[in-house]
Amino acid sequence: MKKGEEIEFIKDGKRVDGRTFDELRNIKIEVGVLERADGSCYLELGDNKVIAAVYGPREMHPRHAQDAKMAVIKFRYNMAPFSVDDRKRPGPDRRSVEISKVSREAFEPVIMREYYPKAAIEVYVEILQSDAGTRTAGINAASVALADAGIPMKDLVSSIAVGKVGGEVVLDLNAVEDNYGEADMPIAMIARKNMITALQMDGRLTKDEFGRGLKLAMNACHQIYELQRTALIERYNKRESVKFEEREA
Amino acid sequence: MYKVVIPGDFVSDDVNRAGEGTYVEDGKVYAVTYGVVDDKNEIRVVAFSGKYIPVMGDVVIGKIIEISFPYWIVDIASPYEARLHMSEVAMRAEKRVEFGNMSAYLDFDDLVAVKVINVDAMMRIDLALQEDLDIGSEGRLIEISYTKVPRIIGRKGSMIRMLKEKCKCFIFVAKNGRIWIKGKAEDMKLASEVILMITTEAHTSGLTDRVAEFLDSSRQRVKKR
Repeated sequence: MKKGEEIEFIKDGKRVDGRTFDELRNIKIEVGVLERADGSCYLELGDNKVIAAVYGPREMHPRHAQDAKMAVIKFRYNMAPFSVDDRKRPGPDRRSVEISKVSREAFEPVIMREYYPKAAIEVYVEILQSDAGTRTAGINAASVALADAGIPMKDLVSSIAVGKVGGEVVLDLNAVEDNYGEADMPIAMIARKNMITALQMDGRLTKDEFGRGLKLAMNACHQIYELQRTALIERYNKRESVKFEEREA
Repeated sequence: MYKVVIPGDFVSDDVNRAGEGTYVEDGKVYAVTYGVVDDKNEIRVVAFSGKYIPVMGDVVIGKIIEISFPYWIVDIASPYEARLHMSEVAMRAEKRVEFGNMSAYLDFDDLVAVKVINVDAMMRIDLALQEDLDIGSEGRLIEISYTKVPRIIGRKGSMIRMLKEKCKCFIFVAKNGRIWIKGKAEDMKLASEVILMITTEAHTSGLTDRVAEFLDSSRQRVKKR
């Protein structure tokens, strides 16, 4: 597909992958997948596959970056070389540094940082497979991993992107829509309070489209919040049913 | 059956009883960690996991990680390092404890039972030696999350009493989640197995009875062999 080539994004009210305008891709969340991390989460959002690991609170290094009043959050968003079509050169680049920064700031309002002066809370998000919207998938996974690590938080953060393709405002863009669409707007929010903690926009939207997009994202974040919640609660209910007789066998 | 909550879950309207693991907003109590609700005297959320934060008076097991005159720097399984002053050892030392010979009394990787005597706002932690508890080179140390310690001890110490009795071991459970077991090799193995079982099933009810059953059945199996 060449740039500038016309793609039929909308056909009979359906999108390229058959979804409606306000439909999410499939989401799968698994809690506590890593043995060595204090908290972890594996998440799939359509064809995105991400894993998040949380360590800490632990001692902050380097020392001069410590904050005497509250914990410092370290957030690293990293794409695996094999996560995209052309091999990605490993290591941090302009894009991943930016995403790490906005993701970290998305969590600053919810984490009770003042509980742990001078310490660091480290979040690592690894993108194993990418299909547009990895930063939102990363934030969703990190949120669950933080809860799993026992980090005190006011609430979970949920995140999703909205955008504009073929003149329509749609939810949760996939790779084709993201690359050739007209606008992309990832949003992170505290779903329960409808409080936005991160918002970026690439492309152009009118004021009206922005409003409609925001509404779509809010609804979707409520759905994602429920999935995150269920994943966390189910984990312990499942454990409960394992009797020790079965365990012995 | 315990109620599992996640951060931000509504727990109660009773603001006056809001305790550990909760926060109050607009006259309501919400959970601050992922855990189970304990609604006995005050409303608490008992976290499933997390790091130990020292509190004055806690008895913990520490490991010497650095010698920096006049302190031993002690790792207490917490985000913060603690320090043990030279004078703590001086009382029972034969010779004067000095700059050069601190390692003769406590060396790297030595385990110590210590009491937290002070924690300041900067999270500087001062320790005192717990005189009545001397951790030698015998026995084994297991490390669990500090959040599970109350479960290991049980209501009024019922669980730990039973463990000691049925495993025929000396067991010391420190507040920071480190557990010291001393006894015959076989007994120690059983004890650590059971403690692991308690940690994975800490959030379930009727645990003491199940543990007792497990201990009896495994003892019988050993006898048969």
